[in-house]
Amino acid sequence: MIHALVTAQSVIAAPANDYGLALPEIIMLSAICAILIIDLFVSQNKRIITYLLTQATLIGLAIYTIHYILHISTATEYTFNDSFIRDFKGDVLKIAIYIICFLVFLYSKDYLRERRLFKGEYFVIGLFGVLGMMIMVSAASMLILYLGLEVMSLSLYAMVAFNRKSSVASEAAMKYFVLGAIASGMLLYGISIIYGVTGHIGIGEISSYLGELAKSKTTMPLSLVFGLVFILIGIAFKLGAVPFHMWVPDIYHGAPTSVTLYIGTITKIAAFAMVVRLLVDGLGPMHKEWTQILVVLSLLSLAVGNIVAIAQTNIKRMLAYSTISHIGFLLLGFIAANENGYSASMFYVITYAIIAAAAFGLIILFSRKGFESDNLNDFKGLNERHPWYAFMMLIVMFSLAGVPPTVGFFAKLHVLQALIKADIGLTWLAIVAVSFAIIGAFYYIRVIKLMYFDKPVTEDNTPITAGADMHIVLSVNCLLALGLGLFPGALIYLCSLVFTPAV
Amino acid sequence: MFTQILFYGYAAILLISAILVVSARNTIHSALFLVLAFFTCAVIWILLRAEFLAIVLVLVYVGAVMVLFLFVVMMLNVNLEPLREGFVRNLPVGILVALIVAAEMFLVLSTKGFKLAEQSELALVDATGYSNTKAIGAVLYTDYLYAFEIAAVVLVLAMVTAIVLTMKKSVNTKRQNPGHQVRVKRKDRIRLIKMDSEPVNRKTGDTKSDDAEKGDVK
Repeated sequence: MIHALVTAQSVIAAPANDYGLALPEIIMLSAICAILIIDLFVSQNKRIITYLLTQATLIGLAIYTIHYILHISTATEYTFNDSFIRDFKGDVLKIAIYIICFLVFLYSKDYLRERRLFKGEYFVIGLFGVLGMMIMVSAASMLILYLGLEVMSLSLYAMVAFNRKSSVASEAAMKYFVLGAIASGMLLYGISIIYGVTGHIGIGEISSYLGELAKSKTTMPLSLVFGLVFILIGIAFKLGAVPFHMWVPDIYHGAPTSVTLYIGTITKIAAFAMVVRLLVDGLGPMHKEWTQILVVLSLLSLAVGNIVAIAQTNIKRMLAYSTISHIGFLLLGFIAANENGYSASMFYVITYAIIAAAAFGLIILFSRKGFESDNLNDFKGLNERHPWYAFMMLIVMFSLAGVPPTVGFFAKLHVLQALIKADIGLTWLAIVAVSFAIIGAFYYIRVIKLMYFDKPVTEDNTPITAGADMHIVLSVNCLLALGLGLFPGALIYLCSLVFTPAV
Repeated sequence: MFTQILFYGYAAILLISAILVVSARNTIHSALFLVLAFFTCAVIWILLRAEFLAIVLVLVYVGAVMVLFLFVVMMLNVNLEPLREGFVRNLPVGILVALIVAAEMFLVLSTKGFKLAEQSELALVDATGYSNTKAIGAVLYTDYLYAFEIAAVVLVLAMVTAIVLTMKKSVNTKRQNPGHQVRVKRKDRIRLIKMDSEPVNRKTGDTKSDDAEKGDVK
């Protein structure tokens, strides 16, 4: 507290806080409040206004942020007394979150309407979730990171439980809430120990303190490792890495597909940002310690994710296990523990979010009122009914499996390349990862087999009921899996640019 | 020495009451044990010289949250028996895991890494005229403004979600409309009916007919 008093007195001398740096967060919060109130005056048949305002907010913020990094600044700047950081990688991640969230809401629109879930609050809570992610992405202090995580998690619990009539969804929400609370508790415990030992809560300050410590000692004190372990447990829970993955399949399966779409895509980007802020920016000097644990997490995730997915008959559950295996791959980039690896992981997570959005978008497209197209059998003979979307599904499945020339292949390639180039004697891990990816290819290709070579189970010729906007955007999204695979250069360059040390 | 005895005493009470919160059969008992846990926690915070937080804990959690909680528990009369079905069966595994984790944590903490004695020096720094509340007041809206604002966002979000998840717009529910209640006029409430007076039967004191009421209350 003495320390706090001293800093309070030095506030006057500190450089002026430019709150303008936090403009995206401020705009987002104002927009949320405005939409929440406007929604009260909108009748149910004009609910589309709320939806359009939500989408306009996301697009507006995306344009603003793109403009900001192109024309104003990509420098690292702090505000709110060093608790808010605005840097290049944060801005890029935020743009990805805005755009993918836009897609998520666009795909969800008809689904929600058919199930009488098309309420203003759904979008408001969705935006709250995005705000939480934005806070996490630009957190410069462990406290802020935790608060951002709570904002995001709370919105996710609410969204999973949004369909009150569904008991499956309520059960999933309850599970998610309890496990999420335990994970937050673990994370908080770890943060409190790190704070207690280092005496700093700011991520940059912790990093420089640990940097000094690493110079004088060969091994980190046990107390710090103790705190690190709890932080890693919290991270693993949030990422859904094995052995903290139990919630993933149940929540993916139980939640309405539109919410699964939300959880399966943008929250992964936010979780990536959390790992970057905590492990790379904050506990970077302890990378020797955390890579050991990440190796185990990554190996188990790859094994469990790919093998258990084979036994699934529900495509949402299958994609949940697929997510777990992808998290295993994502962690490989962090294990490399250099700029190369981080940028490869970033490329991986952004492209994964794009493809996952397309995959869940297709599941939403095939489902209609009173029918969830989430069993693998529902995909039998899809080619005869909707050849174009069967082809789209083929691209997406190939991309998830990592078949060239789709983008999934390049994402895996770069992560593995970074791991091998890091030269830390973990080439065996890369080989194991590839073997599991090959095992994993089985269940992706099975979907393709069902679509192209099997006869439909039922004579079902109901046309797809979706607006033109969804048809066009979803097709573009699926083709992006191919397009980014053919021309990955720009995104890879961007991802490597944000991790190069500032000059 | 004295503070150490106090600390261990209160820590023991805290742990026991926390266990009883989970294991008590009666929900009201477990809510009351939670109150006890909060109180002992507040005492430990006072030992750590965080008086402001301790008082806030008692005021907010014990005074407001737990009272509401007790209200809800008493009103709902939840039957927790079905929740306990797997409790005894899973108990040995749970205890085993908890013991292993506790033993591991003890082993780590008892090594030299933590230097608990050295670090506790920080808490012992004392200054005359130093006020905990003042220190928090000085930084809460300056250094920690951003965190404070996000905490506000969390509360708004919690409010929105609570309403969304519980509000039902059912057709059958009878609800009050405060607007109508305020705008109501005297003539809406009471209707005066003009009618001839009836001769009264002196023996019984009754009027002849039954519908001879002067006013008809709606």
